[in-house]
Parts: sequence; structure tokens; C-alpha cells
Amino acid sequence: MAVSAVHVKRRRQVGKLAQQYSLRALVYLLLIPLAGFTMLPFMWMVSSSFKPIGSGMRFPPQFIPPHIVTTNYPLVFKTIPFLGYMRNSIIVTGGVIIGELLSTSVVAYSFARLRYPGKNALFVILLATMMIPFPVTMVPTFVLFNLIKWVDTYLPLIVPAWFAPAFAVFLLRQFFLTVNRELDDAAKVDGCSDWRILFQILMPLSKPALTTVAIFSFTANWNDFLGPLIYLSSARKFTLALGINYLRSFRGGGDIAPQMAAGLMFSLPCIILFFLAQKYFVQGIVTTGLKG
Amino acid sequence: MAWARSQSVPTAMPRRNRMTMRRREMINGYVMLSPWLFGFVVFTLGPMIASLWFSFSEYKVIKPPVWIGLANYRRMFDDALFYKSLSVTLRYTVSAVPLGIISALFVAVLLNFNVWGARVLRTIFYLPSVISGVAVAMVFAWIFNHRFGVLNYIIGLVGIPGPDWLGRRQWALWAFVLMSLWGIGGNMIILLAGLQGVPVSLHEAAEIDGANGWRRFWRITLPMISPAILFVSIMSIIGSFQSFTSAYIMTGGGPANATLFYLLYLYRNAFSWFEMGYASALAWVLFAIIMVCTLLSMRVSSSWVHYEGG
Repeated sequence: MAVSAVHVKRRRQVGKLAQQYSLRALVYLLLIPLAGFTMLPFMWMVSSSFKPIGSGMRFPPQFIPPHIVTTNYPLVFKTIPFLGYMRNSIIVTGGVIIGELLSTSVVAYSFARLRYPGKNALFVILLATMMIPFPVTMVPTFVLFNLIKWVDTYLPLIVPAWFAPAFAVFLLRQFFLTVNRELDDAAKVDGCSDWRILFQILMPLSKPALTTVAIFSFTANWNDFLGPLIYLSSARKFTLALGINYLRSFRGGGDIAPQMAAGLMFSLPCIILFFLAQKYFVQGIVTTGLKG
Repeated sequence: MAWARSQSVPTAMPRRNRMTMRRREMINGYVMLSPWLFGFVVFTLGPMIASLWFSFSEYKVIKPPVWIGLANYRRMFDDALFYKSLSVTLRYTVSAVPLGIISALFVAVLLNFNVWGARVLRTIFYLPSVISGVAVAMVFAWIFNHRFGVLNYIIGLVGIPGPDWLGRRQWALWAFVLMSLWGIGGNMIILLAGLQGVPVSLHEAAEIDGANGWRRFWRITLPMISPAILFVSIMSIIGSFQSFTSAYIMTGGGPANATLFYLLYLYRNAFSWFEMGYASALAWVLFAIIMVCTLLSMRVSSSWVHYEGG
């Protein structure tokens, strides 16, 4: 009796183990092709950027170029002022990030740490503004910037970020709330002003959250197309997003191979940043997604 | 330090001093809030009011706006392109959003098995989301090419001739839906975090009660992550109504306006034809539609979204 009971139990365990292994196999069987499909456009981009001009018009398409051609990269620099566009993108993105970090910290501090009448109502308004679609404010904002002669400068792209974008305020406020108040209370007793508490205690403690904000701001602005499309009209002021689209209108440089080379060089900073700071990306998405 | 906290220092001070501290905190609060408040008034509230006013005016930038009442809104009723762009956007939303969320959930569930290499795979699935709309559109325009594109080559391997994705009215929008599936990474991460937050004890209890994996997924996992699903749905709907860049680059709204997304039509009215009044009216209609969709999904959600402890 006893022996057979053990036997049955063992058999059941073995069955369970086998089931678990087959489940794992199934998971891989589904995940790997999906991951392959996800990588495909990306690898296609890389491989096409090393093919000779005109090879796009070839069927069947070649995944691995028979001989690697590197001339597409210099061709991009010859056709459009790639470095100039890159500088413009850096000016816009850098200007946005600095302003966003500074203004957002100050506002998030006010929401997270100070008491005053109307605060909660204002915070609800802040959350509500995240739901307002860009097109609603797009036209009048353009009219406003046109009125003060800011169109075809970088100011319309940079200045709004200096006034605490709602998404970033929300993210930072959530983080500030998790930082223990004892430190600021102690500093306050010692006569520290709110500004010093923010800049010397809270911000150094909030590096992960600030990094998250900076990273999201970087990818959003580096990649932004509609904003520059509306505000920048002279070709030499284009950001990279506009510039590589502009590349398509040229003969030679507009061929698929240099296009892919340009697209790749343009995406590279975001890809590198992503690999360097993956955990902040995930953190940021999760904070806004689950606690939002 | 614990003492300082529990004593809440201000109360230990004389009454007058306490009042000034309170007032100082209040003044500081408003001062530190002011960047946002200023930005809100100048870049959100002000433009919204102006936009509402423009929507009731004829305004072509060179001359000041002239009040024309409801004429802009009435004009939409006779505007074939308005209907076209609305139907393109709605059809796109109705197909791309559910498909995208189901795919994101599917991948998230698979990754949640914590198989070896799950982190690398997660990176692969999220990577497309950090690449710009412009670069993505340029690659996909090429992948969808009906004669030389990779997609039709793969379809051809199975023996079916692939369609002219971007050149045919009946296929173009589907190309955009397919392309949108490439960008599910953000939603996938949110859902995965939701899945990882489901307490193991619930699953163990159900397992003891004899519930199999499939049943546990429907009865425990899905209800537990339903708030995340709702959030992802609402954000995807809002985003999908504002699709612009890929259509602008890949098709310019063609063929025969089959991919004339709402925002593309709005953009043209505003910045190609300088019909700022009409464009503003279009923007408010878009806003109204988005609001209705959001409220509707929240209303419907109360029947299926489960909030812990509520």
C-alpha cells in the first residue's frame, strides 16, 4: 500500500515536471518567431544601409549583402547637412531637457511637499491636461508664436518645456512622495529654505526619477516630427527628423540605401540610450502606467 | 529626528510665529507652482479658449478672425473629406487598438513565464518603441513595396501573391494596422508589470482548489490586471486618433485618400490652406470624440475592471 502510494506520487511529480518542460518549450516556440519578426525591420534597415545604390530594386530581396558597401554613409553627409541637422536636434532636445528638469522639479516639490489652499484641485487640473490632445492647442499656439515672431526659430519647440510639462511633473511628484520627509523636516528645523531642500536634498536623492524624465524627454523630442514640421520652415534649421525625411527628395541620396543609413544614424542615439538606461525606461513606463 | 516629526515642530512655536510659517509655506507653494500655472494658462487654457473662438470664426491668419457662428461646424456636414478622414481614423482605431492590446498581452503573458532569456526578449520587443516615427516610416514604406518589398517576398514564399499594400485603397489602411503592431512594446511593458504584480498566493490557492492554468488566467490573472488593460486601452485610443507621422511620410494620405488620417486632414487645413477657423473646429470635434470614447470605456469598464479593495 505505502509503496504504491509513493509510486503514484512520484509518477504524478514526473508528469508535472514533463508538463512544465513542454510548456516552456511551447513558450519558446511562440516567443522566438515573434521576436524574429520584431527584429526583422530593424535588421533589414541595417543590411540595406550596406548595399549598393539601386539594390532596392532587386527581387528577391537579399538579406545579407553579397559585398558590403559603405559609401551610403558618406553619401548622406554629402546630400544633406547631416551634422548641421544633428546640431539643431541637439539644441532643441538639450534646451527642452534642461528646462523640463528644472521647472518640473520645482513644481513637483510644490505639489509633493507644501500645503496651500487649492492644491488638490490644481493637481486634478494638471492630470486632466494630460488628456487634452495636441491638435486642440496646436492652431492657437502656432498663431501665438507667429504673432511674437518666433516661427522658424527653435523657441516654440523649447520654451513650453520650461513651464513644467504635466507628464513629467506627475512622474516626479510620485517619486518625491516616496522620499522620506524626515530629512527635509530636519533641514527645515535648521532653517533651510524650500529651494535649498529641493536642490540639495531632494534632487540628489531623486536621480533615478530625474533620469527617467530626461530619457523620455530625449526620445520624445529627438523623434518629434510634427512640432518641427509646423514651426521650422528654412531647410538649414531643420532638426534631424525633418532632415532625413527631406533626404528622400534628392536623386541618388534619396535612394533606399542611403535613406536606411540616415535612418539608422538618426535612431542610434535613442537605441544606445535605451541599452544604457533600460531600467529607467521600464521604471518610467510602469510608474505612469500602473499608478496613473 | 523621530521626535521632531512626531512633535510636528510648528505647533511647538508661539501662535503668531505659526501663522507666519503657514503663510510662508503657502506663498512658497504658489511661487514654486507658478511655472506650471503660467505654462498652463499660456500654452493650454489660453490656446483652448482661443481655439474655441477660432472654431466659430473665419480665420486665415492674414486678417483677424471674423465671427461666423456655427458655419465651420455646419461645413463639416457637407465635407466629404471630413467624413473620409473620420472613417479612416475610426476604422484604424477599431482594428489597430484591440489587435495591439491582444498582441501586447499575449507577448507579456509569454514573457511572464520567466523563461531563460526573458530579459533579452523583453528588450527586443520594446526596442521599436524608441525608434523614431520617421525612420520607422521610411523602413516600412520599403518593406510594404509591392514588387521589391520584404513582406510580399515572405508572403510569396507561401505561394500567395502579396497585394500592393500602399498603392491599393482596400489594403493601405491594413498596412498601417500591421505596422502599428510593431510598436506594442510600451503597452507590453505596462501589462507585464501588471502580470508580475499578481500575487502568487492567489494562483497557489486556486491551484489547490483544482483550477487549471487556463481557468486561472481568466478568473485570476485577467481580473487582476484589468486596471492596466483599461489604462493601456484608453492611452492607445487617444494615440490612435492622433496618428500622423507615418501617413504623412508613407502615403501622404493616399491612395484616393484611403489613409487620410484625421490629424493629417486637420494639419492640411491649418498649415497648407491656412483655414485656421475650420481646423480649430475639426480639432474640437476630435477632442469631443476622444472624450466620448474615454468616458465610454471608463463607463463600460466598471463592469469588468477589478480594483483591489474597492
